[in-house]
Amino acid sequence: MTQKNRLQSGGRIDRSKSLTFTYNGKSYQGFQGDTLASAMLANGIDVIGRSFKYSRPRGIVAAGAEEPNAVMQLGATEATQVPNVRATQQELFNGLVSASTNGWPNVDTDLMGVVGKIGGKMMPPGFYYKTFMFPQSLWHTYEGVIRKAAGLGRSPLENDPDEYDTINQHCDVMIVGAGPAGLAAAQTAARAGARVIIADEQAEFGGSLLSSKELLDGKPATEWVNTVVEELAGYKDVMMLPRSTVNGYHDHNFLTIHQRCTDHIADKAPAGQVRQRMHRVRAKWVVLATGAHERPLVFSNNDVPGCMVAGAVSTYINRYGVVPGNDLVLMTTNDYGYQTALDWDDAGRKVVAIVDTRANPGGARVEAARKRGLNVITGSAVIEVQGSKRVSGVSVAPISADGKQVTGSVTKLSADTVASSGGWSPVIHLSCHTGSRPVWNDEIVGFLPGPTVQKQLTAGGINGKYDTAAALAEGLEAGQKAVSEIGLAASEVALPAAESVEEGAPMSLFHIPHLKSTSAAPKQFVDYQNDVTAAGIELACREGYESIEHVKRYTAMGFGTDQGKLGNINGMAIAANVLNQTIPDTGTTIFRPNYTPITFGAIAGRNCGELFDPERYTAMHKWHVEHGAKFEDVGQWKRPWYFPKAGESMQDALNRECKATRESVGILDASTLGKIDIQGKDAREFLGRVYTNAWAKLAVGKCRYGLMCGEDGMVFDDGVTSCLGENHFLMTTTSGGAARVLEWLELYHQTEWPEMEVYFNTVTDHWATMTISGPNSRKLLAELTDCDLANENFGFMDWKQTTVAGVPARVFRISFTGELSYEINVQANYGLHVWEKLFEHGEKYNLTPYGTESMHVLRAEKGFIIAGQDTDGSVHPYDLGMGWAVSQNKPFSFIGKRGMAREDCVRENRKQLVGLKTTDPKAVIPEGAQGVFDPKAPIPMPMVGHVTSSYWSENLGHSVAMGFVKGGLDRMGEKVYYPLADGTVIEAEICSPIFLDPKGERQNV
Amino acid sequence: MQHYSGFGLFKHSLSHHENWQRAWRNPTPKKKYDVIIVGGGGHGLATAYYLAKQFGVTNVAVIEKGYLGGGNTARNTTIVRSNYLWDEAAHLYEHAMKLWEGLSQDLNYNVMFSQRGVLNLGHTLQDMRDIERRVNANRLNGIDGEVLDAKQVQELVPHMDCSENARYPIMGSSWQPRAGVARHDAVAWGFARGADMHGVDLIQQTEVTDLIIEDGTITGVKTNRYGEIKADRVGCVVAGNSGVMAKKAGFELPLESHPLQALVSEPIKPILDTVVMSNHVHGYVSQSDKGDLVIGAGIDGYNGYGQRGSYPTIEHTVQAIVEMFPIFSRVRMNRQWGGIVDTCPDACPIISETPVKNLFFNCGWGTGGFKATPGSGNVFAASLAKGEMHELAKPFSMFRFHNGALIDEHGAAGVAH
Amino acid sequence: MLHIYCPHCGEYREEEEFHAAGQAHLARPLDPEACSDKEWGEFLFFRKNPRGLHHELWVHSAGCRKFFNVTRDTQTYEIKEVYKIGEKPSVVAE
Repeated sequence: MTQKNRLQSGGRIDRSKSLTFTYNGKSYQGFQGDTLASAMLANGIDVIGRSFKYSRPRGIVAAGAEEPNAVMQLGATEATQVPNVRATQQELFNGLVSASTNGWPNVDTDLMGVVGKIGGKMMPPGFYYKTFMFPQSLWHTYEGVIRKAAGLGRSPLENDPDEYDTINQHCDVMIVGAGPAGLAAAQTAARAGARVIIADEQAEFGGSLLSSKELLDGKPATEWVNTVVEELAGYKDVMMLPRSTVNGYHDHNFLTIHQRCTDHIADKAPAGQVRQRMHRVRAKWVVLATGAHERPLVFSNNDVPGCMVAGAVSTYINRYGVVPGNDLVLMTTNDYGYQTALDWDDAGRKVVAIVDTRANPGGARVEAARKRGLNVITGSAVIEVQGSKRVSGVSVAPISADGKQVTGSVTKLSADTVASSGGWSPVIHLSCHTGSRPVWNDEIVGFLPGPTVQKQLTAGGINGKYDTAAALAEGLEAGQKAVSEIGLAASEVALPAAESVEEGAPMSLFHIPHLKSTSAAPKQFVDYQNDVTAAGIELACREGYESIEHVKRYTAMGFGTDQGKLGNINGMAIAANVLNQTIPDTGTTIFRPNYTPITFGAIAGRNCGELFDPERYTAMHKWHVEHGAKFEDVGQWKRPWYFPKAGESMQDALNRECKATRESVGILDASTLGKIDIQGKDAREFLGRVYTNAWAKLAVGKCRYGLMCGEDGMVFDDGVTSCLGENHFLMTTTSGGAARVLEWLELYHQTEWPEMEVYFNTVTDHWATMTISGPNSRKLLAELTDCDLANENFGFMDWKQTTVAGVPARVFRISFTGELSYEINVQANYGLHVWEKLFEHGEKYNLTPYGTESMHVLRAEKGFIIAGQDTDGSVHPYDLGMGWAVSQNKPFSFIGKRGMAREDCVRENRKQLVGLKTTDPKAVIPEGAQGVFDPKAPIPMPMVGHVTSSYWSENLGHSVAMGFVKGGLDRMGEKVYYPLADGTVIEAEICSPIFLDPKGERQNV
Repeated sequence: MQHYSGFGLFKHSLSHHENWQRAWRNPTPKKKYDVIIVGGGGHGLATAYYLAKQFGVTNVAVIEKGYLGGGNTARNTTIVRSNYLWDEAAHLYEHAMKLWEGLSQDLNYNVMFSQRGVLNLGHTLQDMRDIERRVNANRLNGIDGEVLDAKQVQELVPHMDCSENARYPIMGSSWQPRAGVARHDAVAWGFARGADMHGVDLIQQTEVTDLIIEDGTITGVKTNRYGEIKADRVGCVVAGNSGVMAKKAGFELPLESHPLQALVSEPIKPILDTVVMSNHVHGYVSQSDKGDLVIGAGIDGYNGYGQRGSYPTIEHTVQAIVEMFPIFSRVRMNRQWGGIVDTCPDACPIISETPVKNLFFNCGWGTGGFKATPGSGNVFAASLAKGEMHELAKPFSMFRFHNGALIDEHGAAGVAH
Repeated sequence: MLHIYCPHCGEYREEEEFHAAGQAHLARPLDPEACSDKEWGEFLFFRKNPRGLHHELWVHSAGCRKFFNVTRDTQTYEIKEVYKIGEKPSVVAE
């Protein structure tokens, strides 16, 4: 297969390494060192896609990150599909499979293009705001049609086989961009001994020098690049990251770098390698040496394949040995653009004309072109291009000195390539990310980085310094400044001598006039990817969308995957012109991360699947798994939910677990409850302030239940706290609330009551906690301990230090089931041992493990609340009917006391937690059901409160429920109704929430 | 005033679209108005529109320091739903929902309100209890909603991981079919055009530098461009700047302004037809008509007016999206941005009288203001027109933070606070 | 991402180790019962919320667990000063 546009020699490609790739199912050849774009151009592929709105054929226009058109679908298999790959940034590899992302049935014969041509006139910006409104019901249909045209590439439908990494970095100097300025800065900083990271989005360091024929010290510039790269490689504190885009610059000098580790090898990472890696960098100083992007000019039909940015044409010739056409017309507003014609001429192809918009250009490159006898047409512009799938010719006409009008007759020239240069836009994106506003500069006709609070320096093209000598000097200066700020001694760096080229003044011109008005002329594209035209921008302004943000949003300019790198300044200039104001008056353009798009996978890194959030296991987790537990997520914990036996339904299992517990003995792994060790002479007083009830008299060896409220008086956690010593307590919290409670305690201690001597420490993970509950629990425990378990010596709400199964244990006689219960706490690594011993001895008592669900049932039978299920942050203790747990007489105004006395908290008819007994004993009200007093009331029905907890109680033979009812504590015996989604209504009677053993005898035996 | 229609488009295409009228004027303000609205975002413009159209108060100015709809209206993820838990909030958001349902026609401006449905996923038993509670409340309040199980969720969102293998498997979801998304900019522009059409002066690029308060009553505002402008009543609708404005009026608000970030992917072919929200794994996503996956991130914990937040918040959000949709791993994030959300302690807004007579505030919408835009504007307009709060607005008085009558909607707010 | 100096650890650490805890110097009224609902509500909920310098409370939650004060610009996010609980700021917000 021939590469008709490939030069015989030159460029940085390796002609000995041929690579095969496919595009839209057809096979082509390229070389090692090509990008997908350069290989496509080498093969003479003109049309690489269709435009989004008008379905016009599009070709490659640029050579880097700014490319708007060549957005491809990549991937040989379903799982390795990559949507929206910029061909100009994708290195070619053998076997690469690519396809265009739009076009039906294909890009060359696209039927939508016909629609685009006819309908295009009906589709000015914002057309959809003005139509598709009637009838209302049909918008969904219209939208369906619009959505069919949406999107560029497609998502894979199978899971990504690759892995991604994240790595944290710290450095003295982070240098963004490895062109002349960046390399000079890096060399300077590295020689001074600084820790340096230098990153560049390209495969090779060198930046603009890779694409030019410039000489440094009389030798090819890349020789200097090689020398510097070699030197940098020799420093242990220098990290060089090619193929790495600094995509975000965040506050306090934090930057993110997206490194593509294997994208250049294959669409799937080789075994054992990560596909991409995010570097999270904290840098003391940052040097932005990001260069500049050349602006194309805006003229009629400037999107026909063959229209390219001038510098990109040079890049393809010099770096890739590809001349993307035969007959070139160059249009330029500046001297630099001439270089492309010179390069084209050097490549042996025909320069049809250089069309300079300036009347009297006169710099060194202009002279060089004239000396070669190239046809230089001054004071003129290419006002229109002919051709559809490839440029066939151009219309050239003289224009006025201000560039606003065509002043003479049109000359038609035959050409297949139009390169244009409208000057350069500094790549200021990163400097904007931290909120710095760019500043317009008339001299360079572009925006420069604005003032910033970051420790940021800039060098080279980003400052509008485009010649290599200036870029090198600025790089050196930035490097020296950074090292001196860090406190290192300046280094000695001798810069290579760069050729100085005398340049004439550029013309400030963006939009080329046409014979017709902008709206009547053939389309003049500003933002290719979103099909935004000069006429569209003018229309937006005419309609009153005058702020540049309005213009952008109304036309979608700059919202593509290229984020307007080529088009935004042109668009602003066009808007400014219509509005008769300057560009800076029209607004600035604020860039946000990402500089270029990055895969979600890379950002997510390893934190997916089981590593999405750590799973916390108790010491007995293995046993639970082995015994078939179903698990419930509680915070990060995996808690056994229930333990089904073969053939059992969930309800069967619960019935069995609950009955076994009430009739003999059950066991619960309660290790996940938060445990906070509290010590200090003021610990007791502190408890009195953070709990609603009294703690002054709790004796050593005793336990007490406490409610914890916020300053608003609303319950937010609860638990049992035990007195371990006069100045020593162990607080338990809900499983999910442990961290929050600890921070709450610390907050009050550290900020409000620092004078109190009290210390808190989390000991949740130090202990394994197992609760044995039921009439036989004492007998069972007695087999494993010498402790005197007699009721009179070890009563309800006592705790004792003892040994269980041969290991030291704290045993608490507390109960969440209402049964005789012992909560055994042992050092976590003994947990499984003790648990298994309990089962060894428990077999004869039918010791039954139960999970959180049976725990819920058992406690609901007793009317015990679960904070977070029966509370929601809007209820105070009195709402819960737990006024008994509030001690209004404590001397210190405990947290929550004042809050629960506010007007709304003491009003009548608040929702209060009550028991609910269904009229049909078999009916279980769904949790979350909303109650009403009048089930026949029309919608919206006045609701009186919802059901918080509701279960079938096998022990009682009827359902038990708790819920809120307006004024419920004063409505005992009244009925409340629960209208369900299926149309049925469950009737219930308001009752005490304590359904079983109201006197509490069972736990006191 | 020109009418927008398909026929109009065709007609204008014959003259190369050169004769479209301005969508709104650019007037010089008068010396005095009946009502000044400070803030030309969606809510302020909606207020002006309804004041003029529905309540006949046309001598109205909207004063905007930047460009219309340039604050959170331009920065949100465009979700519209009304499935709030508490009666007060549910009625307010449902009032908004009903207005959304005829808004394009009412405004003669297509706001592209797309009722593609919203799923609020549940991943834990408590999530499911809360979902049941909320959906039951919605239903009895006349708001559409269903509870779906994981299988039904999978049918609606075939490409989401609804398997047991997820770190937090999806147990079910609430589903509000009438909910959806709208084109955010169009909402501001449609209301702006409508307000202008009814005589409201939209004063852009003009900052209110101070409030003129005499004897505890507001009489006008001071501006940087036009000096003093008098008004009988002033409504402040300045999300992201409410605290600063309140300070000028001499009081504090129960608000903190936080960064809220969002991001979009590159445009991809349609793959997601509904809005999926998960409070538990902290991700929510929809796909725009252009093909972008529009993704909301969590709120940053610190106060910030910088319209940007911290990177870990973005990381966590993207992790959640990849966790929910592993196939999106190779899709790329295009752009991120941030808004400033004024958050109230109870995740409900303030639509209220203030300690200053004739000065009213509409603020504190936190992460959920966009969906309320027409309803918020409507009840605020009614309140400004009468000088007393609309029934639906009364529960949202700033003074509820004195007496304790909070409306805690953290569970329904959809974003981790 | 903010880079925060913990005055207790004596080091700069990443924001991820910390947790913002709102406005600093909010003293709990010594006699809550003497407060009116309005006063209590203002203590509970009403905040300065400035655009500009903000004295705020942070906790080194994944580090030493200590609370401390930060004076930070809420517009530029610059941290002007970090000081311990009980200390007075030298850079003062208006």
